[in-house]
Amino acid sequence: MFTETMMESIKKVEATRAARMGTEPRRMTAEEKSELLKAYHPDYRPEGFKEIQIGPNKGQKAPVELTDLIHSNSRLLGENIDLSKIDYDVDVLVIGGGGAGSSAAIEAHEAGANVMIVTKLRIGDANTMMAEGGIQAADKENDSPVQHYLDAFGGGHFAARPELLRRLVMEAPDAIRWLNELGVMFDKDEDGRMVTTHGGGTSRKRMHACKDYSGAEIMRTVRDEVLNRKIPVVEFTSAVELIKDDKGQVAGAVLLNMETGDYMVAKAKTVIIATGGAGRLHYQNFPTSNHYGATADGLILGYRAGAPLLYQDTIQYHPTGVAYPSQIFGALVTEKVRSIGAMLVNKDGEAYAHPLETRDVSASAIIRECANGKGVDTPLGSGVWLDTPMIEQIHGEGTIEKRIPAMLRMYLNYGIDMRKVPILVYPTLHYQNGGLEIGGEGFTKAIPNLLVAGEAVGGIHGRNRLMGNSLLDIIVFGRNAGKAAAAKAKEVTLGKMNLDHITAYAEELKKAGITQEGVSPLLLPKYACHER
Amino acid sequence: MENNMVNVYFFGKKYSVPGDLTIMTAMEYAGYTLTRGCGCRHGFCGACATIYRIKGKNELKTCLACQTQVQEGMYVASIPFFPTDKRTYDINEIKADQRVMMELYPEIYACIGCNACTKACTQSLNVMQYIAYAQRGELEKCAEESFDCVGCGCCSVRCPAGISHPMVGLLARRLTGKYIAPETKHLKNRVAEINAGAYDELIEAIMQKPITEMQELYNNRDIEK
Repeated sequence: MFTETMMESIKKVEATRAARMGTEPRRMTAEEKSELLKAYHPDYRPEGFKEIQIGPNKGQKAPVELTDLIHSNSRLLGENIDLSKIDYDVDVLVIGGGGAGSSAAIEAHEAGANVMIVTKLRIGDANTMMAEGGIQAADKENDSPVQHYLDAFGGGHFAARPELLRRLVMEAPDAIRWLNELGVMFDKDEDGRMVTTHGGGTSRKRMHACKDYSGAEIMRTVRDEVLNRKIPVVEFTSAVELIKDDKGQVAGAVLLNMETGDYMVAKAKTVIIATGGAGRLHYQNFPTSNHYGATADGLILGYRAGAPLLYQDTIQYHPTGVAYPSQIFGALVTEKVRSIGAMLVNKDGEAYAHPLETRDVSASAIIRECANGKGVDTPLGSGVWLDTPMIEQIHGEGTIEKRIPAMLRMYLNYGIDMRKVPILVYPTLHYQNGGLEIGGEGFTKAIPNLLVAGEAVGGIHGRNRLMGNSLLDIIVFGRNAGKAAAAKAKEVTLGKMNLDHITAYAEELKKAGITQEGVSPLLLPKYACHER
Repeated sequence: MENNMVNVYFFGKKYSVPGDLTIMTAMEYAGYTLTRGCGCRHGFCGACATIYRIKGKNELKTCLACQTQVQEGMYVASIPFFPTDKRTYDINEIKADQRVMMELYPEIYACIGCNACTKACTQSLNVMQYIAYAQRGELEKCAEESFDCVGCGCCSVRCPAGISHPMVGLLARRLTGKYIAPETKHLKNRVAEINAGAYDELIEAIMQKPITEMQELYNNRDIEK
């Protein structure tokens, strides 16, 4: 399935393979990494960003596409929503049906709260489902939560909020225990020890996995648990604005039935935003590994209601997205492929960097190779080789089928057998490092009774995230948000509900002279040919 | 470009689309705005179960629209929802034995061995085999064999016995993960240590360190081989 030019380059990769086996390319120094990032990481391209002109983060920059959504008006502006007609009345409203939302709902239910989930597609249509490589937790003898903290803090450029990172690492082992007791099938040896590997930037092998369906296995288990508990899940229904009360507390959300176009009102004592990421905004025209609904809706909802963002200008590009074939362009090639031995190699067969640098560094190095003519041309751009046959040579035949079956299947669909030939990769838009700002207990500081969990949170990871810390954060912060929201709901008394913040926002936009077209949140990307 | 166009039929209506697209992107090329039948777009969520037949051929095929390239003469119908039947249970109350399948999914014993489920599987799993394991109470084997299931439901669409195969596999996996797989002692110990406060002071200490000291620690930390 590869072109002739690609086959020529593969010969060079094969020619250097024997010499590369058993060696480990040098890791970069802190200075080298810093220079590489400044020169090649997309976060350093000024043209990809625009200044936010209104709201709590006024004067700061955000990706152009996100700023445009922030500068857009509500779709409810001018609509006549009758807030006295209440369709749903609950203690805890969870917006989003991914890993964070589902974990939150389970814990809120466990605490006895009347909880419901609204989700704009189906429960489980989420980035969680697509996470392949694994989930971190310091649960082995040579490891500790403190070591995990150091790895994540350094990997995130010393910018993580300590109180959030503390929760992440300290509650990680219990998250694994919780998942295991729900029935998640982790890779274990016959004695019950977890099979763990490195991820980029880890100093201990603490990556737990379920083959390369780690996120899928977690998602389908927590989804099954939500359904077993008969927690109401309203699918194909998006939250389009938060509702506040006259005391400034969050009081619910206006919902939109994605199929009929009808609006509904959900009243809630506490609200958890668990809407996930933004890959489908295609920042700087990057392809994405994200699911169809990843359009930053929760960020818009929260921001319009007055909640500040944190690190909204830092985006994670996963180093290894599919560069070829074009049918699966941008799809994720899990970091686990490198964890179990595959090297990154340029078109001349040279292993130009250590395969397990942190993601931002690794992605920048691929971009550098391609910019300097060391990449392999593809119909949609260029890429470098991920030398997958090394895995079988190191660990024995059959390893790829056993440890990364999803990757093998994805490529075999297009006639590429990664056991025998290397694959072509290029960075893909993978994760929003930033999001809504929360305190250590999971609540936003600006809006009482509003919580955020999962990828929609900013500050847990700082300005770059390590592999396996996102599956972890959705569980840790999802569970915490569910418990905290259920407890808080017991003491909340709601006042008169209103949507005044929408008109106030419109006034502010007008005052700033902004005349952005369109409305936000986006809800779904515009892919149909007449919408493009 | 024009030489590479192919004719496909979405719900019986003909469209000319570039031949290198997937069924999903071809539908969008044709102008569909997808709400149903589109989830992760990368082969993991099972939202885009699709059934098709190539013009002039008899065989009905099933696939994921996001993972399948269009072909000339493809008649396509998406199956965005199929009423599979998930039974509810309390994972802490049930036991990992043969009886649990008999109680929750008795219809698996009505399997007539036609193998239509296996032929329909978009992940090329041996679906009939994992149902057979479930019938015999071999839950671990059922879990392993069904592990790569994305729950698209194509198997259930084709099953004359009305079996909800993905739900059977899911039950077997949860039982295996919780009850059959060996307990992880190092995990249990670490959770106990943390709950006993063994790391409280250490974590407080590292949280208080100035950035320069953290940089020093990070850049010089030892990395397990």
